[in-house]
Amino acid sequence: MLEAFGLAFRLVVSFDPDLYEIIGLSLRVSLMALLCASLIGLPIGALVGFTRFPGRGIIIVFMNALMGMPPVVIGLLLYLMISRSGPLGALALLYTPTAMIIAQTLLILPIVAALTRQIIEDLHAEYDEQFRSLSVSRGFALVTLLADARYSLVTVVLAGFGRAIAEVGAVIIVGGNINHFTRVMTTAIALETSKGQLALAVALGIVLLVIALLVNVAAAVLRSAALRRAYV
Amino acid sequence: MSDVQHKSALLPLKVDGLHLTLGGQSLLCGIDLMIAARGVTVIMGPNGAGKSLLLRCLHGLLVPDVGQIQWNGMAMSGRVRRCQAMVFQRPVLLRRSVLANVRFAQKAHQLVDEESALAFLEDMRLADIADRPARKLSGGEQQRLALARALATRPDILFLDEPTASLDPASTRIIEDTVGFVSQRGTKVILVTHDLNQARRLADDITFLAGGKVCEQQSAEAFFSAPQSPQADDYLMGRLPEI
Repeated sequence: MLEAFGLAFRLVVSFDPDLYEIIGLSLRVSLMALLCASLIGLPIGALVGFTRFPGRGIIIVFMNALMGMPPVVIGLLLYLMISRSGPLGALALLYTPTAMIIAQTLLILPIVAALTRQIIEDLHAEYDEQFRSLSVSRGFALVTLLADARYSLVTVVLAGFGRAIAEVGAVIIVGGNINHFTRVMTTAIALETSKGQLALAVALGIVLLVIALLVNVAAAVLRSAALRRAYV
Repeated sequence: MSDVQHKSALLPLKVDGLHLTLGGQSLLCGIDLMIAARGVTVIMGPNGAGKSLLLRCLHGLLVPDVGQIQWNGMAMSGRVRRCQAMVFQRPVLLRRSVLANVRFAQKAHQLVDEESALAFLEDMRLADIADRPARKLSGGEQQRLALARALATRPDILFLDEPTASLDPASTRIIEDTVGFVSQRGTKVILVTHDLNQARRLADDITFLAGGKVCEQQSAEAFFSAPQSPQADDYLMGRLPEI
């Protein structure tokens, strides 16, 4: 075990090209997925949290339920859609980084949307009477809620990133774990462990842990800044 | 629309047969009121009398089940509410600076003017801490900021729901002085308070509520010298109610 850690450390500090290629692809896929999920999920969450319409309760239950959707199920459903015989088979997306981005987007979209909805709804409940008293227009109220909830919303985005970068089930199904093409940290760890090649697996594990730690540190720093400025 | 147009346009206020039921409980029962155009009207009464609910109904935050609220013959509308402002017992401040809270209210009323925003803070002795986060202020400072924010919208009618409850004498003094000043300048003030001394200091007329009903409404002088209802008499004499 100590030998594996030693080898892993050497891979990291020697800037092993295979290792850093995998890390690079992992970050590219997860950050793109995060961007897509945020662009779609933040507005959906904000609108559902802010507005009232028939069927809203059902949508909220649906959004919350999707947060717990197993990644392998998402991967399977996406596989059925983009496989050669599926309805989107002609797009030839299977076993490409694009398919992995779509899978991770689908995975974290409900998280971003549902948490955004909860944050905006709670803040709206707090501000609503004051807004009505001040005759604040609907549009101005929504902009104000988004501005005042910005620290919490960034934390939501960080949580989404944490979920995406650590995911393995969906990307291995639709990405195929192809060396130098669709291999990311989590799928590489699974493969290398099964082969008994623990050094690369441990090195990637360390990097994943560091990324998870950095995400949590960023969230804690944000929260601390928000508390210091009394924004929460 | 100028202030002058607003001032006489919305008053007197007439309330007819107001009923409000919440959660199956009848909380306001047949409120009839006439509130004069000028001065400070104080709404008093024991806990649970419906004072704050009445204030919210008048401001249009709650819609009564039955009854009419007529602002000089006009029903509540967006235009009527824009001539009003309310300070709540627990102020809700935005997650931004003291000055930004005032600017927000002005922006909502298309009245953005940084100098006047600062002037309102100076009136409330908050100008020195204009850049501090509003939510880090003390209770008294927060309430003064809520009043500055309300006044920054240049209301014709100012509702105050126990604005000095649990404040220290210094903050109470600043708020009372401001209420007196804006009232003299022509803003109609409708104030809910438990504080008999405050009512004596500020009120021109008193509306006394108990059990969701108006027990009496008369000038402050007459109310304090010769209350007409037994409920008001008990309240003024500090007699504890039967439970």
